[in-house]
Amino acid sequence: MSVISAYARALAVQTGRAQPVATVRHVHLSATPMVFIPLKLAGEAAAPLAALVGTDPANPRLLVVPQPRNRDLRFAFMAELADVMLPYVESFAGVTETVEAKTPYERSSDAPQLLVPNRGGIAFTKLLGRSTRFRRADGPYPVHPSVPVLGQWLTFLAERAEYAGSSALVAMTEALALHWATGQSPMEDANLATQLAWIAPPAGQNGPEAALAAEDPLTSPPAGPETHPDFDGQVLDHAIRAYETSSSPAQVREALRTQLEPTWTLMWQAVRLLRELPEAATVDARWAKDRDQFTRETARLADGGFPRGRIDGAVSAAIRLADLESALQTYEAQRAFDDPLVMAEHRVAGKAFSGEVVAVDATRRIVPPGKTRAAPRPLVTIRTSDPVRLSPGKRLSSSRNRKQKTEIVSIAGDLVVIQINDQMGRGSTPAPGSVPEVGEIVCYAELDPSGGQRPRLPSGEDTPWTHGGPPTPYVPTDEDAQEAWS
Amino acid sequence: MIALTPEQAAADATAAILADFTGGPHRGVIVDSPPGAGKTTLVVTAAMTLAGSGERLMIVAQTNEQVDDLTDKLASKAPGLSIGRLHSDGFTVPSRVTRHPGVTASNKIDQVEACTVVIATADKWAYVSERTWPWAIVDEAYQMRSDKLLAIAALFDRALFVGDPGQLDPFSVVDTERWAGLAWDPMQSAVAVIGRLNDLPVHRLPVSWRLPASAAPLVSEAFYPFAPFRSGTAAADRELKLATAGFPVAWDRTLNEAAATGWALHELPNRHTIRTDAEAVQACAGLATRLLQRGAVAHDENDTHPVSPDRIAIGCAHNDQVAAIRAAGVPAGITVDTANRLQGREYDVTIVLHPLSGRRDATAFHLESGRLCVLTSRHRHACIVVARAGIAELLDNHPSTGRVQLNVPVKFPDGWEANHAVLAHLSDHRVQA
Repeated sequence: MSVISAYARALAVQTGRAQPVATVRHVHLSATPMVFIPLKLAGEAAAPLAALVGTDPANPRLLVVPQPRNRDLRFAFMAELADVMLPYVESFAGVTETVEAKTPYERSSDAPQLLVPNRGGIAFTKLLGRSTRFRRADGPYPVHPSVPVLGQWLTFLAERAEYAGSSALVAMTEALALHWATGQSPMEDANLATQLAWIAPPAGQNGPEAALAAEDPLTSPPAGPETHPDFDGQVLDHAIRAYETSSSPAQVREALRTQLEPTWTLMWQAVRLLRELPEAATVDARWAKDRDQFTRETARLADGGFPRGRIDGAVSAAIRLADLESALQTYEAQRAFDDPLVMAEHRVAGKAFSGEVVAVDATRRIVPPGKTRAAPRPLVTIRTSDPVRLSPGKRLSSSRNRKQKTEIVSIAGDLVVIQINDQMGRGSTPAPGSVPEVGEIVCYAELDPSGGQRPRLPSGEDTPWTHGGPPTPYVPTDEDAQEAWS
Repeated sequence: MIALTPEQAAADATAAILADFTGGPHRGVIVDSPPGAGKTTLVVTAAMTLAGSGERLMIVAQTNEQVDDLTDKLASKAPGLSIGRLHSDGFTVPSRVTRHPGVTASNKIDQVEACTVVIATADKWAYVSERTWPWAIVDEAYQMRSDKLLAIAALFDRALFVGDPGQLDPFSVVDTERWAGLAWDPMQSAVAVIGRLNDLPVHRLPVSWRLPASAAPLVSEAFYPFAPFRSGTAAADRELKLATAGFPVAWDRTLNEAAATGWALHELPNRHTIRTDAEAVQACAGLATRLLQRGAVAHDENDTHPVSPDRIAIGCAHNDQVAAIRAAGVPAGITVDTANRLQGREYDVTIVLHPLSGRRDATAFHLESGRLCVLTSRHRHACIVVARAGIAELLDNHPSTGRVQLNVPVKFPDGWEANHAVLAHLSDHRVQA
């Protein structure tokens, strides 16, 4: 926990209300997000029990599995879910825009966004995807043809959620924690009801009082995917028995509705709270990445793409790791440059500093290492009161020009001298405006929004002997869907 | 059976490694080397043996510093050898490398590929393509992440992987369990991956030439429980003398204890503190200053020399602690760095800010055995640990309870146990401040 977030939490306790830790919204919020609250059967790895799903706050669709131990009913549930989700997902595929790039390409103008209550919701979405994407409409144990398609999309969304800064599948408690610090521990923050109680307590109550009230499972049932054990034992069990004898799912539906509807209300309350914040500058660029990936997945599935394998090969794992690292690095840098409150965390940690430019040597030219000709390398002296913990040679970026590369030359007392290395035009002296001027307030940080460059890896067929050699190509079979736990 | 002398044991091990590497049936050979066991010497010997029989080879190290050290050592041992030092654009090759006439330094592979030996960092090698070498030596292979090896593995036919298994594992900023249990998990070290996917012979270097007789048994037992090693020197070979008697204050008593026994625990009163604990930071800087003021002289198997600032290091766990200690006024020339950056380095005396000092919890990061192993195995003469009292109780309150993942090999040593072993040993050398 950083000093700023620790302070904000202490302040939240003192004032009895959550404190903002961001001035802008760092997640994309679709105009029509789909809220998805899945529940699973206790004690089973991937047995869906119910879900409340929809894009209209006033009109949620309740789906249940009246006997969750019955596999046929589970996949009937998944077919019903596909009936809600696939039209939503596919509605975004048709509308595209042309992206001006070196080679212009088509990209979906918008993409689906799924909101789940918490991290457990993401994990369960991933499991649902895994248990359905290998299923087939023919062969043994056939399922409705829409089920494997839904599995592919759930898998796509859950895998996008691994990338920092992606908004394709968002856990609401995490989105809220990005913007508010409550007076409870990060683990308690994973409870949507108490977290929202701290952020927006009902009139006449303060945060801790409202959070205490929200801990009562009768008024705020768990947001899933696990249900409350008392509910399982005292309500659900009887309802399932009633279904077994009467074949009417009404009692199960009613029982699960009581468990899901409070969370549904909370989810839309959270959406409203987040909508009130102005969107951060780079949210759009990150959402464009989500739209890119959505476009690619649409094309892949249209080509009859195989379901994604359960495990990554050596090369794809290495590529994915590099992608994840680069996304995280970019996201952290962008978030800090977008938001002074986030940058403050880096400034307190000594990884960034802000101050006034007191001197500029704009005409300085040196022969850079490894080069033969002199090039402009202006020096900028900044006076700062921040505790700078960077050493000479460290590469820095600035919100002035996020692409410009600079490095620290020296630090003496409250004076930091930096050297500017590029983005100064082609002339022998820096282009006007490319170098900060005396009196300007600037902020530099050891953060790289570019995400870094990386070497090429061998293709999967060329996996070297050190990593087990080339893997056997994937051919779908009827046994794909079998799991050790299924 | 007649016990081998350290020299014989080391020579036998080296001969077996070279025979297996150059003549064995395997594409790779792994060499586990404890701290200061002559890893670099082995790399240089192997390189000279191969070059001597007219073979071309590539050498991979992990940092530019390691590459420069290796180049310098190799060029000094074999002045006639043509060595190519491949580096990245904009990197200034230090004079200790360029002073050798046999070394060609360039950022272009075409300008150095004709050399018998080409040395570069793994990061730089990853940008070389369409060339192959029959032989490769990968140094510090336990510090290398397996995805880096994946990028360069097509460049060589056979390789010698040398490294220290007790040091810090490579890490990623990304926190994911996606690949846990996979043999080719890209977040593992290169050695872990090749070892799990190929049946390769593993050799061990049995003697530490760096660690004194006072340190080798502890480090061996705590951090290398299944690969014991011994010190190459006897207790009488190493002596640290302080030229002045000192005052009866805590700092000087700590230094006396360290000079006499090779270990000292400078114990501050029990307290929960922030990471940059002002008193602990002050003690680290103060002990280093006093050590210089009191004129320490080191006597070892080679010579007798004063302990100058460049022979002293202060190590800690976090960057902000490094910054705080530097800001507290450390004499010029003394190295202050994190465990990650001290890997592979050697000093006469090290001062260590204990990773768990003043903490309220023992996280996996702070319990990682590699971190403590690096910090307590950099010295030739003495190691001084600065810590708040109460670490043993802290450990007992936080037994290690990592998540159990299927197919993930159990890692030894256990950080919790290693921490206790070191603490138990240090408690005999405690000086209360």
